[in-house]
Amino acid sequence: MPIHEVVAEELRRAVGRESVIVSPHDLRIFERDGSIEGAMPDAVVLVSTTQEASEVMKIAARHRIPVVPRGAGTGLSGGAVTIRGGIALQVTRMRRILEIDPVAQTALVEPGVVNQELSLVAAQHGLFYAPDPSSQKACTLGGNAAENSGGPHCLYYGVTTNHVLGMEVVLADGTVRWVSGDAPDRVGLDLCGLLVGSEGTLCAITKIKVRLLRVPPSVATLLAAFPSIEAASHAVSAIIGHGIVPAALEMMDNVTVGAVEAHYQAGYPTDAGAVLLVEVDGIAESTRELMAAITDILAHNQGYAMREAQTPAERELLWAGRKGAIGALGRIKPNYYLHDGVVPRSRLPQVLSAVGEIGEHYKLPVANVFHAGDGNLHPNILFDLRDREVLHQVEAAGEEMLRAVVELGGALSGEHGIGLEKAAFMPWIFTDDDLNAMHRVKDVFDEQGILNPGKIFPDPTRARIHLAGRTGLALEARWW
Amino acid sequence: MTIPFSRLSDDDLATCVHCGLCLDACPTFRVTGLETESPRGRIYLMTQWKRGTLPFDEEQVKHIDLCLGCRTCEGVCPSGVPYGRIIEAGRADVEDQRRPSLKRAASRAALRQLVGHPGRLRAAGVATRAAQKLRLTSVARSGRMLPQLGAPFRAPAGGVAPAAGERKHRVAFLVGCVMPIMYPQSHHAAVRLLQLAGCEVWFPQGERCCGALFAHNGDIEGAERLRDANTRMYQAASFDALIVDSAGCGAHLKDFYPELKGRVKDLTEWLAQVGLPEPKREVRVRVTYQDACHLAHAQKIKKEPRDLIRTLPGVEWVEMRHAEICCGAAGLYSTLEPDMSNRILREKLDDVLATRADVLAVANPGCQMQLEAGLRKRGSTMKVEHVSEVLARGY
Repeated sequence: MPIHEVVAEELRRAVGRESVIVSPHDLRIFERDGSIEGAMPDAVVLVSTTQEASEVMKIAARHRIPVVPRGAGTGLSGGAVTIRGGIALQVTRMRRILEIDPVAQTALVEPGVVNQELSLVAAQHGLFYAPDPSSQKACTLGGNAAENSGGPHCLYYGVTTNHVLGMEVVLADGTVRWVSGDAPDRVGLDLCGLLVGSEGTLCAITKIKVRLLRVPPSVATLLAAFPSIEAASHAVSAIIGHGIVPAALEMMDNVTVGAVEAHYQAGYPTDAGAVLLVEVDGIAESTRELMAAITDILAHNQGYAMREAQTPAERELLWAGRKGAIGALGRIKPNYYLHDGVVPRSRLPQVLSAVGEIGEHYKLPVANVFHAGDGNLHPNILFDLRDREVLHQVEAAGEEMLRAVVELGGALSGEHGIGLEKAAFMPWIFTDDDLNAMHRVKDVFDEQGILNPGKIFPDPTRARIHLAGRTGLALEARWW
Repeated sequence: MTIPFSRLSDDDLATCVHCGLCLDACPTFRVTGLETESPRGRIYLMTQWKRGTLPFDEEQVKHIDLCLGCRTCEGVCPSGVPYGRIIEAGRADVEDQRRPSLKRAASRAALRQLVGHPGRLRAAGVATRAAQKLRLTSVARSGRMLPQLGAPFRAPAGGVAPAAGERKHRVAFLVGCVMPIMYPQSHHAAVRLLQLAGCEVWFPQGERCCGALFAHNGDIEGAERLRDANTRMYQAASFDALIVDSAGCGAHLKDFYPELKGRVKDLTEWLAQVGLPEPKREVRVRVTYQDACHLAHAQKIKKEPRDLIRTLPGVEWVEMRHAEICCGAAGLYSTLEPDMSNRILREKLDDVLATRADVLAVANPGCQMQLEAGLRKRGSTMKVEHVSEVLARGY
């Protein structure tokens, strides 16, 4: 439904004519994020200050229009998709790093700051920002906080919520508030912890105070090949079983390695059934010792062709391959449907063989690339959206994979958020009472239900997954 | 009229998985923050046009026009989307659909009538030089952008410059259209370095413009005509490599001239391969380097120019932040889209000035013109030199 001209005019007065997009053809370009589903916003509004964000929220509250905060749109669960239309609140122009305090080891940033940019700037003080989603070259810290994003190094360092000290947020009625702040401990009920990971359903984030860490003096990165994904899973359990928690512990299967190697030529062994990327950091003596122990464990668990990065450039290349892995799958098929389930580490071999069987049953290629250290799977079902026949197969296979995760005692999402994609499956792991409690929290923050509606909470009126109908590439013209 | 959007390949477009990793690598996204001004957004738009799921809308063409064609996105795209090929085809397709405009018609005519003919371009250079002497150039904006022109580059008599010492290689040298008039000193330095590296340098007679500016601006047919003429000339001669010291031309020759496959070399790529003799002089300057998009992203050459400069004795090297991001020049872009070009340049100059370098090294005439004009406007005395000139300081 096109936005009413009166509302559009109010928005233009609040943020300037240039910063409001209502042309339907242009809005079409904003219908998707990094996930597969799409839905057009009724307006895109670019805000440059907290004040502007607050004004926009007040207008939206007055007219009861949905508001969906949007950063770079790299999310993988549909968090930034305007499934009920409304305003896409674009924060990409709020990209200033306002302050870096090298003594307190904190940074105050605007939500549009790109994740990697913060680490690059902090490096001048010997500091870095630990959570490192694979999309860190493009994704924003606002999006990271909203989705409570993880990344390869979160195994050791913890996910986003462990690094957010406080936030300035705009509430559903347009009021601006700080939650928590400078103190390392959050006293009282942890409101900041509640808002981090609320996926835009409770507030819009306009400033974030984050913890920075000292760059470790020594890092060692090892690549190891395994004959099968099961062997690699056992090796993961063995490392953790020995009481070692590496900084990162990542797995890629044969399909993924092939795609990655085609682009990065990082020297991944393309004949291996799976590879592990293991990193440890700390003082030089301890990393040497740990890496020796890990190498030993891997060798005892069928690990071969082990190669430690000798230079920072080599290390970077090994990581570039891992971080670009999901995009690289485009070399096999133009679309992926990605799930993000987590299982207890000990169940990795079982769940991976279940995923493999489901893929075979539906005759769909599946690529696994994931955070093995914390049991966080990323099975990617590969397909071509132009082949309409295959879509319901993809939907069914995806659902079965998630079902397998839950049956093995796992959870729906490790780091991508529930978003649009997994809302329908929430009742699998939460009781009605759990969900009601969440609804009551939602009502406290957003009585009118205008903040990112249709996300997290299951919507009985909506099909579970419905790729063909809602994707932006649907062949049917929908609105003219 | 041809079938709408027939040059765009659906298979090329389908390689985009919409992951968004390209966004922050795109200069226009960085300054606007808008999906519509990002590579992912542009591909999404062209995909819908191609598939007929979004009607062609004249208003939306601005998103295609605003693309610099810098191809930074290609370097960060894990899916291997051939963005350069997509945007060139998309631009040509769009030209068939959109209403004609005087500005674009004029620039296309100027390309075909002026740049396509070296003689006419040289005449224009002579006229500009005269105008500069008479101080007439301040009347037009593009006139103010131009460097002070000197005597244009001329190939030596006989069309060959001998190797210094023993002849190890025979190379052809692309004199090109813009470089010899605007930056003859870059060519002089480049040829000298080649001679020092043991190359006999041949200057082909009757060489035309390589066609890069045509292809980048949606005139693929014009580019093909020039290619065919040039290819006939190159086929008749024997040489080890065709050396190019302008990144935009080098990228185009590598992509668009199948007959020259494997033999087109950027100057720095070639010098790194064959080696230069020991420098004779200390070069006591602080130097930084701005990647040329068509070198770093289209030809994937980043290391060679840096290594060559860094190994000069006495050089104080400083790496610039975001060196791989476009300066906003992008061929005719700074003339066709001056507002966006200036917004991008502003951010670039902040990074350039923060290096406190004495010399900013570049690898393409467009970048040189844009950055020189920008630095002058900011009152900076930083010198902008082609990599060849920086290297020649050592001999």
